[in-house]
Amino acid sequence: MTAKSSVAARPAFMPFGKTDSPRLLRALLPALSLALVLLAIAWLNQRAISYFGFTLMLNLAIPIALATVAQMFIITGNDLDLSIGAFVGFVGCVTATWLRDTPILGILTLLGCVGVYAALGALIHWRNLPSIVVTLGMNFVWQGLAVLLLPKPGGRAPDWLLASMSVKPPLVPFPVLAALIIAAVTYFGLMRTSYGAILRGSGGNATAIGRAGWSLLKAKIVLYACAGLFGVLSGLSLIGITTSGDANIGNGYTLLSIAGVILGGGEFVGGRVSPIGAVIGALTLALAASPLLTFMHLPPDWQVAANGAILIVVLAARALISRREVEQ
Amino acid sequence: MMAARRWLFASPWMWSYLGAALVWIAAIIFTRGYGAGGMLIAALSLAVFTVVVGIGQMFVITLGPGNVDLSLPANIGLSSAVAMTVMAGDDRLVAIGLAAALGCGLAIGIVNYLLIRALSIPPIIATLSASFIIQSIDISYGRGLQIKPPPGFADFTNIQILGIPLLAILTAVFTVAAGIALQRTVYGRSVLAIGQNIRAARLAGIRVGWVRFATYALSGMLGGLDGALLAGYFRGANVDIGNEYLLASVAVVVIGGTSVAGGKANVAGLWGAALFLVLLLTMLNTFGVSAGVRLLVTGFVIVAVISAAGGEKKRD
Repeated sequence: MTAKSSVAARPAFMPFGKTDSPRLLRALLPALSLALVLLAIAWLNQRAISYFGFTLMLNLAIPIALATVAQMFIITGNDLDLSIGAFVGFVGCVTATWLRDTPILGILTLLGCVGVYAALGALIHWRNLPSIVVTLGMNFVWQGLAVLLLPKPGGRAPDWLLASMSVKPPLVPFPVLAALIIAAVTYFGLMRTSYGAILRGSGGNATAIGRAGWSLLKAKIVLYACAGLFGVLSGLSLIGITTSGDANIGNGYTLLSIAGVILGGGEFVGGRVSPIGAVIGALTLALAASPLLTFMHLPPDWQVAANGAILIVVLAARALISRREVEQ
Repeated sequence: MMAARRWLFASPWMWSYLGAALVWIAAIIFTRGYGAGGMLIAALSLAVFTVVVGIGQMFVITLGPGNVDLSLPANIGLSSAVAMTVMAGDDRLVAIGLAAALGCGLAIGIVNYLLIRALSIPPIIATLSASFIIQSIDISYGRGLQIKPPPGFADFTNIQILGIPLLAILTAVFTVAAGIALQRTVYGRSVLAIGQNIRAARLAGIRVGWVRFATYALSGMLGGLDGALLAGYFRGANVDIGNEYLLASVAVVVIGGTSVAGGKANVAGLWGAALFLVLLLTMLNTFGVSAGVRLLVTGFVIVAVISAAGGEKKRD
């Protein structure tokens, strides 16, 4: 009852004016699931909860978080990117070869990659194409390019990248710091700027945004370019951690990134996404997949299953909360 | 001539047959006519596996936006392992093994639908989470499993009648049956109706839940069957056997003229699209290009085909 009366007392223009307890619970769900996984890890192995523990456990979470944010931009526009994993792999190959040997060519290629993403956004809008099929085709294209560039695993990350990925900031482990920065930047850009609202609106109600005079083509291009940019960052950070390239290195990222967005409270349609949630979702998946299982002495065979199970549990919780939301 | 052209443009799926013919001709020009027939036979044999899962995927996609079965590769992998274990290399157990594969696929389809229904989540995510778990079960169950198919079953998947692979004939018959089921049965019409407007379909008295359940179950069973057949054809089950069929199943559905927005399906186009994709690979192989170029060209072709066909007209 107290919650309800406080809601009524709120002025109508508050951004969360309609907040009630199920809705709040729903918003907190990603953080709660991460906390739960962390608690489980702490319970199983206390030493893991330390500066070095987090640095090790969350190392691979950085590229996953960046790929998840890339996917989030696409999902904001009601599309789905089935090629992000292959794209991250291709960026990785460029990073481990051209970016080290011929930096100018490498930088131009990576910029070109962002350009290709922007062009895909334009193509999808112009011909009104199903993004699933276009990105499915692009999945082959990126994979093909990666194999051509680096037929066998190898190459080496540029030294500056290796150095920047092994920074040891005081007090806060690097991956945690990186996750905070990624979440803050995307949150501000997408949720707190006026153009961010337009971008989300293009997924929520494209007709309304179009009638209001905004270019839907431009919105789609910006969303895809952002996805390309974060995809490039994901590939760079991945190679900075693994030190060498492999054409298949990013293959699992497509599904992980979709799962991360959904886990973080994003919806498939309607431009309802949450940048902070997406980053938290990616961290949860990264922790649940490998460290948690290791501490539980389960074989790595069950890594992917752990991701699936977490996804199902969180979605079940969300369904329960939403049901209460509707009833109220 | 004009009528023919109009008909061609009115039925975009014909392009897939045309494309298949073109890449085949390109390949035989390159080999100076050598192996033209063999190429077609091989293409028919391989297209079968894509068509079987393509039919399941087509029914699912026709249900409307967001409906897609991402669990097919994991399903194929697990079912192939289950089928080979049950058959245990014994010809007398082939029927039981096939039934086990169908049962395994059916169970996966049921789980998919339960996730969609109970958690009210988009099918993409439901089938994705299911596929994560199935994949792990398969890895864990199929580890070190090196079971060959019974010789009789392996031969069966390679039999040719008058030079045409028996599996292709059976699949063609099944495709016709699927086409009739889609256009002439209550079930098929219900799938189309749900894809066009789920609310109108519900108000018209269609048991939406039951039809969706049946569709996911059907897709699961076809995935299971495909797993068993693949294991027979390639003489052994393995975890990765179904990997390429996620992309392939969606690609043949779309290239074959089925609408991704749902409510409009084309069964005949599946064969054209599957033959086109297989022959495209055959052509690139005869040209002797590297794996990278093969992937690159396949990708460009898919993007080009969908761009040329264009998307749905926006519905307001």
